Amino acid sequence: MKLSFSVEDERFRREVADWLDTNLSGEFAQLKFRGGPGDEHSFPAERLRWEQRLAEGGWTCVGWPAAHGGRGCSIEQQVIFFEEYARAGAPGRVGHIGEGLAGPTIIAFGTPEQQARYLPGILAGTELWCQGYSEPGAGSDLANVKTKARFDSERNQWVINGQKVWTSLAHESDYCFVIARTDPESVGHKGLGFFLMKMEQPGIEVRPIQQITGTSEFNEVFFDDAVCDAGDIVGAPGDGWKVAMGLLGFERGVSTLGQQMQFQNELDEVIRTAKANGKDREPMIRQRIAQAHAELKIMRYNSLRVLSGQSGSDGSLQREGLIYKLFWATWHRSLGELAIDVCGQQGQLLAAAPYELTRLQALFLYVRSDTIYGGSNQIQRNIIAERGLEMPREPRPS
Amino acid sequence: MEFRFTEEQQMIRDTAESFFADCSTSAAVREAMVTETGYSPQLWQQICNDLYLHAITLPEALGGMGLGYVELVSVMEQMGRYLVCAPYFSTVCQALPALQLAGSEAQVTPWLERVLAGETAALAWIGHEQPGCDAVTARFIETDDGYCLTGDYQLVVDGHSADMLVLAARREGSSGRDGISLFVVDAATAGIERHWTPTLDQTRHLGTVRVDTLQLPANACLGEAGHSGAVLEQVLQLATVALAAEQMGAAQQVQDLAVAYTKEREQFGRPVAGFQAIKHKAADMMLRTEVSRSACYYAACIADEAWRGGTLAAELPEAVAIAKSYCSDACLRNAGEALQMHGGVGFTWEYDVHLYFKRAKSSELMLGSASEHREALAALLLDQEKPTAGDVA
Repeated sequence: MKLSFSVEDERFRREVADWLDTNLSGEFAQLKFRGGPGDEHSFPAERLRWEQRLAEGGWTCVGWPAAHGGRGCSIEQQVIFFEEYARAGAPGRVGHIGEGLAGPTIIAFGTPEQQARYLPGILAGTELWCQGYSEPGAGSDLANVKTKARFDSERNQWVINGQKVWTSLAHESDYCFVIARTDPESVGHKGLGFFLMKMEQPGIEVRPIQQITGTSEFNEVFFDDAVCDAGDIVGAPGDGWKVAMGLLGFERGVSTLGQQMQFQNELDEVIRTAKANGKDREPMIRQRIAQAHAELKIMRYNSLRVLSGQSGSDGSLQREGLIYKLFWATWHRSLGELAIDVCGQQGQLLAAAPYELTRLQALFLYVRSDTIYGGSNQIQRNIIAERGLEMPREPRPS
Repeated sequence: MEFRFTEEQQMIRDTAESFFADCSTSAAVREAMVTETGYSPQLWQQICNDLYLHAITLPEALGGMGLGYVELVSVMEQMGRYLVCAPYFSTVCQALPALQLAGSEAQVTPWLERVLAGETAALAWIGHEQPGCDAVTARFIETDDGYCLTGDYQLVVDGHSADMLVLAARREGSSGRDGISLFVVDAATAGIERHWTPTLDQTRHLGTVRVDTLQLPANACLGEAGHSGAVLEQVLQLATVALAAEQMGAAQQVQDLAVAYTKEREQFGRPVAGFQAIKHKAADMMLRTEVSRSACYYAACIADEAWRGGTLAAELPEAVAIAKSYCSDACLRNAGEALQMHGGVGFTWEYDVHLYFKRAKSSELMLGSASEHREALAALLLDQEKPTAGDVA
C-alpha cells in the first residue's frame, strides 16, 4: 500500500496539465469551474464544443480499453487525469453519462454492431446520452417499471409506450438508454429489456421539470409508440435488469473521482467566502469546514480502495463501494447547508430578479436531490444492511 | 500508487486477527483488566516471541522486521477489534518511535535490544492537558556530568508498569516546541515514583510518573538537548495514527457484535434485525466503519512516508487530524449504537459492549479529541496564506 506515483505517472500528470492549460483558453476560458452540480444548465453549447476539443486531444473516455477507442489509461493515470482536470478548473462534462454509463455498458454487454454504432459518437464528444430508468410509479421501487416494449415483427422494431421521469439532460441528448417491460405479464425485475433509443423521433416528447432551483436539469420523457430497432436491445429480452444493475456498478468507478473534483471546487468556494466575510473566525463554522474537508479527502481514498480492490467485473461491490452513494450524498447535503451558512444573512439575497440564484444558494437547494435520486438514503441503507450485513430482506413481490 | 495491502501486509493482518480472536477472548480481557498492570505477561510474551509483532518497526540490523506504518496499522486494527490488553501501544507505538527518531543509533541500540527481548517501555510527556508539546511541564537542567530532571507526569499509558521510560522535559523558561529534550531511563532507577491511576476504561491502564531532581547521565538525553520538540510532535502524530486504527478496529467489532445480536434476538415473533429502524442503524454503522478504514489506510500510508522520510511526509499533520477526528466520532457512535441495539443486555456488565463503549470514550479523549483535531485542520485550511488542502482538486 503506497500513495506516491511513479516517474512515468508524474510525466503523464505534466502532459495532462500542459494540455489543459493550453486548451482552457480563448472561448473555453469562461467555462472554468462551471457546469458542476446545480450549474448543469449553464453553457450547454460551449461545453459540447469543449467535449469535442477534449476528444481531439484524446482526452475523452481515458479509462476505456484501447480496443474500443479509449486511451486505455491505468487506474493511476485515470486518477491523475481527474485530479489535473479539477486543478485546472475544467468544466463539468456534458458527455459523462455516455462516457461513464452508456459506453461501459455497451462495451460490457453490447454486440459488436452496437459497439461500432454507438461508441464512436461518445468518444468524439458528438453524441450525448441520457438515462431512462425512473418512472412516476418506479422511484425507490425501481423495478416497478410500467413502460412497455412490444416487438413488431413486421417492422422488425420494438415499439415503446410509457413515461420516464427525472431524466437529466434529456433535452440535450441524442440517445437514451431505457428499461422497459418486454414481457407484459411479468412483474418486478423479471421480463425487462434494456434499449438504446434515438431521442429525435415522433414518438418521444421531452418536457422539462421546473425544480426548486427554478431551473430545469431534469425532464419527463413521454414514449408514445416510440420505436427502437431490433438490433438496439442490449442483451436478450428479459435481461434488462441484469444490464441495468451492471451499469450501476460503473457509476461507482473512476468517474466518482470526477464528481469529487467538483465537490472540491465547491468547498473551495465555501472557504473563500468564509475567509472573505470573517465567518472563518466562528468556532462552529471552523469545525464544519474542517469536517467537510476531512470527509472529502477520505472520500477520495475510499474511491481509491474501490478502484484498487477486486470488485467483481459484473459490477458487484465490496463494502467500501456499497456505502459510497450514502456517504457522498449525505456529505454533499451537509456542504449545501454549510454553503448558505457561511454567507450569513447575505445568503438570502438573490443574484438577480426574478429568481437567479447565487452559486452557493444553488448548491444549498440542489443538494437536496442528492439524497433522493439514484437510490434514496433510505434505500441505500436497506441495500447496505441486506447485501453488506446480510440482515433480513424487505418484502418483495414474488 | 497501490491502495490495498500487499500479500505480506495481508498475512501480518490475518495472523494478528486469528491470534487475537483466540487469545484475547472476553474472559481473557476481563481477567487482565482487573490486575494492576492491566495485561497478562504471558500474552505479551506470545505477542513478542511467537508472533514477533513488537518488532515490526524495529530495524532489520538489530533483528527487527524493518517494516512501517501500514503493517503497524493493520496490527492495531486487530488490537482494537479484540480489545487486546497488552503494553503494545505504549511500547511499539509511543516509546519506540521516540527512541528511533530522537536518538542516535549507537545511543538507542541497547534500549531497542531490550524491547526486542520483550521488555516494555512507555512515553511520558503530559504535565498538564494541552495539545502536543505544550503539555510538557517537566523541567531539566544541565549538570557537570549530565542532567537533572524534575516533573510530574500524568495519563502515561502503562507508565506504572513499563520497564523503561522515555521522559519529555523542557528547559526552564522555554515554551511550545522549543527547549524540549527526551530522556530514556530504566524505570527501576532510584528516585522514580510511579502509581497506577484507575480509569473509566479498564482495558488500557494509565499511570503517573514523578521525578524530583533525578540525576541522569549525559547519554540519557536522546539527540541534542533542547532540540527534540519537533521529534516529540512527530512521535505523537505517529502514535495518533496507530490509535485511530485501533478505534477503527473497535468500530468494526461493535458493529459485528450488534448485527449478530439483532439477528438472534426475536421480538414480535421475528429477529429484530428485520426491522428497518435496526437495519438503518446498522447501515450507518457500516458506513462509519468503512469510512474510518479508508481514513486509516490513508493516514497509514502518509505515516509510512514520514517514517521513511518519503515525499509525502509533510502531509502527516493533516492526515493525522483527518483520521483521528473521524475515527474518534465513528468509534464512539458505533459503540453507543451497538449498546442501543443490544437493548437491556447492552446495559449489563456481562455483555462486552460496555468495554468497547468505555474504551471508545477513552480513545476519543487521548491524543486530541475529534473537535481539537478539526480545529487543527481548520487552522491548516483557514489560517495560512495558502491552504495545503485539496489533493482532490
